[in-house]
Amino acid sequence: MEVLYRENILDHYRNPRNEGTLEDADISHELDNPLCGDRIRIDIRLKDGVVTEARFSGRGCVISIASASILTEEIVGKSVAELHAYRDEDMFRLLGITPGPVRARCALLPLQVLKEGISRLRDEEQSLRA
Amino acid sequence: MSTRLDPLAIRADFPTLARQVNGHPLIYFDNAASSQKPQAVIEAIRVFYQSRYASVHRGIYTLSEEATAAYERVRDKIAAFIKAPDRRGIVFTRNATEAINLVAHSWGRLNVGRGDRLLVTEMEHHSNLLPWLLLCREVGAELIYLPITDEGRLDLSQLDRLLDGPVKLVAVTHASNVLGTVNPVCEIAARAHAAGALVLVDGAQSVPHLPVDVEALGCDFIAFSGHKMCGPTGIGVLWGRLELLEDMPPFLVGGGMIERVGRTDATWAHPPHKFEAGTPAIAEAIGLGAAVDYLEKTGMEVIYAHEQALTAYAMEQLSTLPWVHIVGPPAGERIGVIAFTMASIHPHDLACLLDREGIAIRAGLHCAQPLHEKLGLEATARVSFYLYNTCDEVDRLVSALQAARRLIHG
Repeated sequence: MEVLYRENILDHYRNPRNEGTLEDADISHELDNPLCGDRIRIDIRLKDGVVTEARFSGRGCVISIASASILTEEIVGKSVAELHAYRDEDMFRLLGITPGPVRARCALLPLQVLKEGISRLRDEEQSLRA
Repeated sequence: MSTRLDPLAIRADFPTLARQVNGHPLIYFDNAASSQKPQAVIEAIRVFYQSRYASVHRGIYTLSEEATAAYERVRDKIAAFIKAPDRRGIVFTRNATEAINLVAHSWGRLNVGRGDRLLVTEMEHHSNLLPWLLLCREVGAELIYLPITDEGRLDLSQLDRLLDGPVKLVAVTHASNVLGTVNPVCEIAARAHAAGALVLVDGAQSVPHLPVDVEALGCDFIAFSGHKMCGPTGIGVLWGRLELLEDMPPFLVGGGMIERVGRTDATWAHPPHKFEAGTPAIAEAIGLGAAVDYLEKTGMEVIYAHEQALTAYAMEQLSTLPWVHIVGPPAGERIGVIAFTMASIHPHDLACLLDREGIAIRAGLHCAQPLHEKLGLEATARVSFYLYNTCDEVDRLVSALQAARRLIHG
């Protein structure tokens, strides 16, 4: 339990990186965690299928905010295909912790926002092609 | 019976309270969700399964007759505990939620139609909200809300206006599981009856903590759960006025609730058996009986006084922390439930950090999302007391809150 509030996580919570929104983002998606009222939005700008900028906004607990902050740092320079391949374990690795089942939902909310956002982008591209 | 409760003597009756959690003695402050169990309850269930177990009501042998007598004795105990005028008005359910669903399905579908209204309050737990929401949607009735004031009391000045119309039922909680507010059910019931509406009371937070007299309350139904009052999970109670229960169709149908069954028709047993289809939660009922014995031995007045004193102390101590914001009315108007927020610390983080100190609290919406929206709160932390909690535990909570704040803010 002690390990959940590691200094790096608290640092991301106290000084979140990439907090804000992007005008005309290529991906913009938001989700709620109805259990605790957390809400995270992620905006992403792409160039040739690669993330050039990422921002997050919303409200939440230490774990979900730190997770969003760390994730938006991580994904810059990554391709959409790479983002799509991210697994829950990757998020835990980035955080440096494996939270229990309840807090795992907080930790994974930003990744869920990201992956749903990507899926929607793909759906849109497919419907444009069709 | 002494007039003051000795929490240390009480604590010795609850084995779980002797536990260490994360290297600290457990402080269990989640009693509004569920209570710990005294040894007497655990023992009653063990003895029943070990040497007295049989199904009830149908067996023509000694063991079943004994089990039936024990099960039905619990009905008598519950009737006496809530001052019900007739033991046949006591229906065993799975919990308060199932009891309310029973009324919504059975009474509701018989008596509520298109254009009718049901009045709930803004402080209801989802279990006294969703059955009515669903019923309204199905029959084309309208769900209307009695608002709360900024102080977290029901706004009774709106009551007569809202009752003026085809209101069939008022569903109101006796005590809020978030605000702690104890509602003036007596007055609400009198005004509702004058307007021609029935009254269902959610007693989940009141029956375990204060003396409840259904006749004095003047309600028509009350629902509560065994597990919140030192009893086991899986057993709850619906009390209803006998004449209402007589007219209501069954909720679930099957074994044990019929008079006769033909190939194309059936006649139902009388209450309460009409509403207890299938083999009931016999051991759980026996356990609930032991819980009622335990609470009565201690004395509900004594338990109430202890929790009132503890709540006043906790409110006073928490109010010395300027970054703690308590929701709901002042001590004296509430049961031992205190929901609060802490500046810039999410309730989930707080619950996690307190758990490291062995303190179990609840964080989130407490199954009262419309209430949180009304209060403009995303989530709250909640401590809730029972007869075994102490001022010393409140002091440890206050220290742990200060430590949590230091950790998060660096």
